[in-house]
Amino acid sequence: MAKVALFIPCFVDQLTPEVGLDMVCVMRRLGIEMEFPEEQTCCGQPAFNTGYWNDARPVAERFVRIFRSAEQVVCPSGSCTTMVRNFYPELLAGTPWHEEAIKVGRRVFEFSEFLVKVAKVTDVGASFPHRVAVHDSCHALRELHLKHESRELLRHVRGLELVEMPYSEDCCGFGGTFATKFGAISAAMGDAKAGYVESSGAEYVTATDPSCLLHIDGILRRRKSTVRTIYLAGILAQTASAAERRAQPAATKCVR
Amino acid sequence: MSNAAHEFLRSAAEKSADLAHRQIIRRGIDSYNAANERGRSRFLDWEAARLRCQEIKWEAVNNLDRYLLEFEQRVKDRGGQVFWAENSEEARQYITDLATARGVHKVVKSKSMVSEEIHLGPALEKLGIKVVETDLGEYIVQLRNETPYHIVTPAMHLNRTQIAALFKEKLGDVDTDDPQQLVAAARRALRRDFFSAEMGISGANFLVADAGMIALTTNEGNGRLCTSVPRIHVVLSGIEKVIPRLQDLATLWPVLATAGTGQPITCYSTLAGGPRQPNEVDGPEEFHVVLVDNGRSELLANVEEREVLHCIRCGACINACPVFRTVGGHSYGTTYMGPIGSVLTPRLRGLNEFQHLSYASSLCGACTDVCPVKINLHHHLLHNRRDAVNASDRPWSERIGFKLWRWAVEDARRFRGAGWLARLGMRVMHRLHLDGTPLDPARPWNKNHAAPPAPAKSFRALWGKRNGND
Repeated sequence: MAKVALFIPCFVDQLTPEVGLDMVCVMRRLGIEMEFPEEQTCCGQPAFNTGYWNDARPVAERFVRIFRSAEQVVCPSGSCTTMVRNFYPELLAGTPWHEEAIKVGRRVFEFSEFLVKVAKVTDVGASFPHRVAVHDSCHALRELHLKHESRELLRHVRGLELVEMPYSEDCCGFGGTFATKFGAISAAMGDAKAGYVESSGAEYVTATDPSCLLHIDGILRRRKSTVRTIYLAGILAQTASAAERRAQPAATKCVR
Repeated sequence: MSNAAHEFLRSAAEKSADLAHRQIIRRGIDSYNAANERGRSRFLDWEAARLRCQEIKWEAVNNLDRYLLEFEQRVKDRGGQVFWAENSEEARQYITDLATARGVHKVVKSKSMVSEEIHLGPALEKLGIKVVETDLGEYIVQLRNETPYHIVTPAMHLNRTQIAALFKEKLGDVDTDDPQQLVAAARRALRRDFFSAEMGISGANFLVADAGMIALTTNEGNGRLCTSVPRIHVVLSGIEKVIPRLQDLATLWPVLATAGTGQPITCYSTLAGGPRQPNEVDGPEEFHVVLVDNGRSELLANVEEREVLHCIRCGACINACPVFRTVGGHSYGTTYMGPIGSVLTPRLRGLNEFQHLSYASSLCGACTDVCPVKINLHHHLLHNRRDAVNASDRPWSERIGFKLWRWAVEDARRFRGAGWLARLGMRVMHRLHLDGTPLDPARPWNKNHAAPPAPAKSFRALWGKRNGND
């Protein structure tokens, strides 16, 4: 079977590499062969969402060129997956890359979607004895229609207590450049979200999008909250033996 | 940046920090959500109803010329008058001229967002004509000299105590915070106005082409009084409100009510189609319909954006919008607030002045999810942004920023270098405790967030290390 190509979003690559490493760790445990096309950089979403379609277009074309030969592509972000699957067809309409973009889009999967719907796995053999709440990241929820996949995976984690927080489907306020252009609004939305997270009694909040978590984490820590954020793969990467050794981030173990 | 953008940023920042406001709105939206969920569950198939409404509106909007002329003809056949107003000024002029010619002293209005859009109230008041809003919510905001906070629930931002204090001050004959008594006080005051006004002005939820009638929904019966008691009835409506057939109301009316308030149907559903006929016992002596374009034809000509005209003004997208709930309805500074306002206003009133509204969204898509006529609202926000960039009036720093971004991401080595530099910068700022200060390039992020840790190595470096490359 061909290797699964890793699509690592630009900010994950540069700012939260553990997100990618944890995903690799889980997939490796499941015996999935992976490759990382090293030419990849960014899917173009920042420019596209800000209206710079002419700058986003060549970047999108570049992405399609790099991933066109991959049979399956997995991405640890619902938002970046949405960009390729749902927005490339419109962005690249009328270019020679249009058809190819549609084909690539059909082969790109968000991580939890890939595990549950493609690899048909719900128990990845993880152990994480904590109370965890799920924030429903907007693009995974509304553009990719993913909600139950991440919860299904979490329900099979040993020792994990899944708690529902109020308004889990409310946007956290990240929204890409929105967070910097409209900082006050974004922070207030994040603040409301942080309040809901805290009220759930969870020790951790997780999501299908590490970008939401980057935002929520920055707000939680500013509030001096004790709740921590952890990307879905960060939980699924933890096994019983790692939990015993405590505080050893799964990612570190997997890589070194 | 336009004045409107400055004012939006200022007001939005103020409201965002107002926790009492956040709580009032949360409570209001919670009760809406509960009612709306019950309402949708009464439909055998809510999704099918949405689809049907989308089809009806598509048919209407894509044959607008035909259906509007049909509507006009039938209204005229029954002795009504139809005036086509190209812009706000023409619409205002027609109504103020009419009021002057007929010696009108008092006008009662049932809710019409188009009247807000064309600033009709102030124009009439300038002529010494008293204008009374008769929708309870609008009556309340009028007493406060405010514009509607929300197109369906104009006084959503006020709690009972505030309304009690307002009524005590303005109406005099009431000193209670009991909702029933407060409503009764408003009713007493409004009855006098209904029976002394010479002109009633209403909006229209739908203009029914094959019947030549307007369809009007209210919950307080004020619409019916405005359209039947005064001598003159003026209907003010956008041209996009026309629908082909009377039978379309069978779907549109309950869907509008459910999406708007969660009701199966609003308490009063009124059809009016002309002055009092010889065999009728009540109704106005004169019936005028003012059809307002005000930029809508331009939107109609834009194939990509045309479906925005499908909007039935139910307010569901506004309730679903987390930005609206944070900044409140008045911060927008526009007639239409929330997602539909952010899509529509830049199109109707200029991309230059109002493009900031298209950017003031996290693109969460909650609006698109709830729209009963399935307008792809957040995609239209993206189109507005694209057109704003192509119309050449974005800040130069942003333009250069994205050129640099493109230069960096079109080559993996450059991307790696840029990332390395950014992480180095973050570590330096952090080491010097400068996170979030004016010296910090990441200040726009770090002033609102605890600074994220900057990892020493990127994913690609760690992957390469593990897999033996590099």
